[in-house]
Amino acid sequence: MTARIGVITFPGTLDDIDAARAVRSVDAEPVALWHADADLRGVDAVIVPGGFSYGDYLRAGAIARFAPVMTEVVRAARRGMPVLGICNGFQILCESGLLPGALVRNAGLHFVCRDQWLRVENNETVWTTRYDAGAEILVPLKNMEGRYVADPATLDELEGEGRVVFRYLVDGDASQRYLGIDSPNGALNHIAGIADARGRVVGLMPHPEHAIDALTGPSDDGLGMFLSVLDALVAA
Amino acid sequence: MARVVVDVMPKQEILDPQGQAVARALPRLGFDGVTSVRQGKHFELEVDDDVDDATLAKIAETFLANPVIEDWVVRRVDA
Repeated sequence: MTARIGVITFPGTLDDIDAARAVRSVDAEPVALWHADADLRGVDAVIVPGGFSYGDYLRAGAIARFAPVMTEVVRAARRGMPVLGICNGFQILCESGLLPGALVRNAGLHFVCRDQWLRVENNETVWTTRYDAGAEILVPLKNMEGRYVADPATLDELEGEGRVVFRYLVDGDASQRYLGIDSPNGALNHIAGIADARGRVVGLMPHPEHAIDALTGPSDDGLGMFLSVLDALVAA
Repeated sequence: MARVVVDVMPKQEILDPQGQAVARALPRLGFDGVTSVRQGKHFELEVDDDVDDATLAKIAETFLANPVIEDWVVRRVDA
């Protein structure tokens, strides 16, 4: 069986091509999904890629959330379909209520674009089973609104249930310290990515789809996410 | 037609680095005495007379503001 993984394109999406390439690189079939179509074309999982959907007007992800395709994604996610939101995709999943919290302007006010070390905190979501718990991976990070925030009760819930999936590794990171920030963007608890309660919807700011081979990325550490979901889909 | 104003502000507990940057710039421009700035959004809506307050509140809460990070106030103003 070949798993069919949908990749959504909104006006302003940038990383749909790389996301489709990552899907292809694990021998799954990428299926292009269009923002204006209320149709998931029978896919087994969905990736909401990065970029600047609808120009980030109003708030990042605020308008994309109302796209016809997102109504179907929310419905499918509630039934348990694996969904991955990367960067702007993470922002869209938060705006649509599939994941708690929000992403706001980086504390340092700079667009951050660099290769970033992360720690895999949860290797039991459908998107992270291929990683060892505590694995340290290197993937690109590039955004303006990357600072994860949530109210204290939500943070406690995420931490208590092990739903923080990725954390920025900040040991020795002096790049933003002059601004009084000890992480790339000031995210609460250094959170880079989280999961829903069932571990089937995952969102993260860094870009695993840009780290699938050493020729075009800093590592192939991102491949594990696409291999993980493939394992889950083939086993299902 | 009625004119409606919606003001959206970051919640007090949310760090507002943009407002802080504005506050820090003021002394450099020679304006002293401003101790704090917070930056938000201001929307002006022209709405039909039959749009009720409950609908306006829903527009603000579900779209113009993200209640996770922002507070909002809706007021009708004289045109």
